[in-house]
Amino acid sequence: MDIVKKKTSTGGLQRLPTGAFTVDAQGRVISSTVPQAVPAALVRDIGQCVVAVFQGARKVNMTFTELVAQYATFNITAREMRGGAIIFLSPKAPKWVSPA
Amino acid sequence: MSKKHKILLLDDDEHMLELYQELLRQLPSKPEVHVSNSGARAIALLESEPFTLLITDLRMPKMDGLQVLAIVRRKYPHLRIIVLTGVLDEEYRSRAYAQGVDMFWQKAGSAEEFQLLRDCVESFLDREVHGEGGFRGMQSKSLVDLIQLECLSQSSAVLHISQGAVSGRIWVQDGEIIDAMAANFTGEEAFKEILSWKSGHFELQPAEPDHPRTIHHSAQGLLLDSAQALDERRGQQAAADAPGATEAGVAAPVNSTLAPLARFEGVEFLLTMPADEKAACESWGLENPRDVATWARAAHQRLRQLGEKVGAGPLAQASGFGLHWHWALSGNDQKGLLCAGFRRTMPKEKVEQTMKHIFTKWIS
Repeated sequence: MDIVKKKTSTGGLQRLPTGAFTVDAQGRVISSTVPQAVPAALVRDIGQCVVAVFQGARKVNMTFTELVAQYATFNITAREMRGGAIIFLSPKAPKWVSPA
Repeated sequence: MSKKHKILLLDDDEHMLELYQELLRQLPSKPEVHVSNSGARAIALLESEPFTLLITDLRMPKMDGLQVLAIVRRKYPHLRIIVLTGVLDEEYRSRAYAQGVDMFWQKAGSAEEFQLLRDCVESFLDREVHGEGGFRGMQSKSLVDLIQLECLSQSSAVLHISQGAVSGRIWVQDGEIIDAMAANFTGEEAFKEILSWKSGHFELQPAEPDHPRTIHHSAQGLLLDSAQALDERRGQQAAADAPGATEAGVAAPVNSTLAPLARFEGVEFLLTMPADEKAACESWGLENPRDVATWARAAHQRLRQLGEKVGAGPLAQASGFGLHWHWALSGNDQKGLLCAGFRRTMPKEKVEQTMKHIFTKWIS
């Protein structure tokens, strides 16, 4: 007997973005393969964050050409490109977890 | 006087809130059950008073459950969290566990499922009364308890244990420990390494009967050996620890707390930044630690906030690869940030693995 009707769609939940895009030295998005469903503001925020990390590092002589940010469920890989960057977004594959 | 537990229920569906509030109020421990129909209000409630348990839905307007989890897990690392949802997508289940929830529960659809949920919540509350800390998986237990339970019940399973950014696995076959893996270690060394972790999360995964055996000692013998090794390590650490931290910008003496970390292969510099920004940083091998500390704190904060915005869970590690050196940065809310520099010839995977190991050693 069903006591409560369950919500089963993932409707309002945001999926992790996937794809790649390039940004210029000001963090503006130049080209992108990220699906249109991903909000443009989110892609721009990622680009600006990456560029800011690269530029901040240069100021303290920590220059590097590739940045990898590893999150629990997601990876961002960015390579510096003429002041801007090419950024790859890759959700991690779901892992099997024990049933509760 | 026994402590009265407080449960916070978060769901955008008012009927659900009412139903579950009534259900949970009838638990034997008679907890106080507060409700919230939005993530923002739930966070405000958590800030205003301490709760034992948060039960949250995933699909909600404005701030969804995963966004709430990202904030709550960071701000309240000891809060027990159950996800109660109708969303059955494996991706979200996996992401919720990755963000450190204690249990992922499908919304009850029958009287039996309601009863199971009640039992589960009561068991959580009971654990909070009788135990503190330990390993978080289905319930809080010590890691030794867990391994002993698996061995005594002659079970076959793979224990996946994580502590911060680093994780390990212990293979148990028919009650025998047959292999372990953690960071750069395998076999008995890995087993001892995992047992040295003071807290973390665990998941019980299906057995892998074909996994090769590298450990041939009995489980009890291994546990005893590991306990002895831990005692020795604590003794050595106590002897090696130097008093106090150095002023920011001053290279650490050989016997400082950074010395054991500097011994890892390929390490070129180290910088630790306490969670309290006013406290002194400690550095080794860096010419401009103050500037690097300012940049590292800002970079970590930016990337962490970005993770929350994306819904990607906590930032485990950030690393940079350059022509002169590589670096990696990891943080812990209680302890602070650790930035390590590595030889430029070191492969990326090795940098990431070594950093995990260094960070685990630092926080423990």
